[in-house]
Amino acid sequence: MNIFTEGLQSAFQMLRSLDPDVLSITWRTIHVSTVATFISILIGIPIGTILALTRFRGRGVLVSLINFGMGLPPVVVGLATWLMLTRYGPLGMFNLLYTPTAIIMAQAVIASPIVAGFSLAAIQSLNPKMLLQIQALGTTRFQYLMLLLWEARLGILSAVIAGFGGVISEVGASMMVGGNIRGYTRVLTTATVLEVSKGKFELATALSIILLALTFVIVSLLSFLQQRKSAFR
Amino acid sequence: MKKSFIRIQSIIFCIALFLMLGATQSPVCAEESKDVILSTTTSTVDSGLLDDLIPVFEKKTGYRVKTISVGTGQALAMGEKGEADVLLVHAPAAEKKLVDASVVINYQLVMHNDFIIVGPASDPAKIKGKTALDAFKAIDAASAVFISRGDDSGTHKKEQSLWKDANVTPTGKPWYHESGQGMGATVLMASEKVGYTLTDRATYLAQKANLKLDILSEGDKPLLNIYHVMQVNPEKFSKVNAAGAKAFVEFMIAPDTQKMIGEFGKAKYGASLFFPDAVK
Repeated sequence: MNIFTEGLQSAFQMLRSLDPDVLSITWRTIHVSTVATFISILIGIPIGTILALTRFRGRGVLVSLINFGMGLPPVVVGLATWLMLTRYGPLGMFNLLYTPTAIIMAQAVIASPIVAGFSLAAIQSLNPKMLLQIQALGTTRFQYLMLLLWEARLGILSAVIAGFGGVISEVGASMMVGGNIRGYTRVLTTATVLEVSKGKFELATALSIILLALTFVIVSLLSFLQQRKSAFR
Repeated sequence: MKKSFIRIQSIIFCIALFLMLGATQSPVCAEESKDVILSTTTSTVDSGLLDDLIPVFEKKTGYRVKTISVGTGQALAMGEKGEADVLLVHAPAAEKKLVDASVVINYQLVMHNDFIIVGPASDPAKIKGKTALDAFKAIDAASAVFISRGDDSGTHKKEQSLWKDANVTPTGKPWYHESGQGMGATVLMASEKVGYTLTDRATYLAQKANLKLDILSEGDKPLLNIYHVMQVNPEKFSKVNAAGAKAFVEFMIAPDTQKMIGEFGKAKYGASLFFPDAVK
């Protein structure tokens, strides 16, 4: 118990004194996870939309694949990314292994199916009569799509929140492809693992508390956005 | 419909690629020769030694060291595949194979400390003061809980060779647990499970405040723990950073660094954690 209270204390201390190591780790975590989430939005929402609006042979298989991908174990993604990026691997010439970019890539792979799956569900659950109505108003295809996404915004924001939650909490892939390098690829989750293995529980607890607080703030912002918009209905 | 989707998708893909590359603070290709990948054991990182040494090296030479802390087994495997530039490991028997196959060159002795057998103060297997082999036999005879690294690390290799010399096959016995984790996590587990384990002295001293474990067997000759540094042979692997690796090897055996290694931990733990060996 006292480890927990000491952890809380040192977390506040580190934040108050703006410990440069902790700040840079926190900042890096925000940076990596938001960029990864953003990429997964750019990949996931279009895929979800296409699968929701079209009917073609093999669509069922694709939908199952997306749903399967929502549960992709981060360590497996990490290993696959690692193998792709190694010096003598298929993408070795880019020298990306053990860089923040490598973490972003792995995290985007983890989050994209989550975003796609949730968007698919959100758009498919829209009332089909409303869709017909929108089309009847003589919208262009682009306007139609935008209105569609707007109507599905509650679910789409849930997709973003879930995707973000998936990447910020993930440790296996970040550890493997980032290497937990001090001042370069060390993020809150991997730093916590390291401090535990060093036996520095107060620091590990403090890092965990910072991670929780950070996740809470970002998810709250997104929820606020989600709920505020819906009040205008 | 399809065409516009493809167009939107390709635009999005380009944006994503741009973001991914642009977002990373350092340009991906330009700094390639400045990065040195050091593959090393968990003990040098968990004890905090490299946190002291690496910044000095980076400041002196301008290289950036990417320290990947893994078990010695994986560190050597990374060397064998050319995925690391320089190795700092402690399993001389396994290292020799790499040297003989000329996978690694510039093989240099850096430092040593020693392995110790730690366990609960109650010492259920009565190993206190025994030699390493007798202690292992006693643990087997008493079926006392033993936590093994089980991760093919240098410590694990040492432990396996001790079991072999003691004519005991511990794998599969109910009292023998393989943690599969680093040294720091493993001594903690031994402490929590009231068991014995083999650890390097540095990790034990660095963790001591969190542990309910005593040193029960030490100072025996087979318990010597020797660290070597070596660079991966650039003639075998064209992509290794030979200059950076060479600089790191030279740094590790330089008199100033050796002095830092000897001093490391003295102030905090009252004893050296590592003993420099490169300067005689």
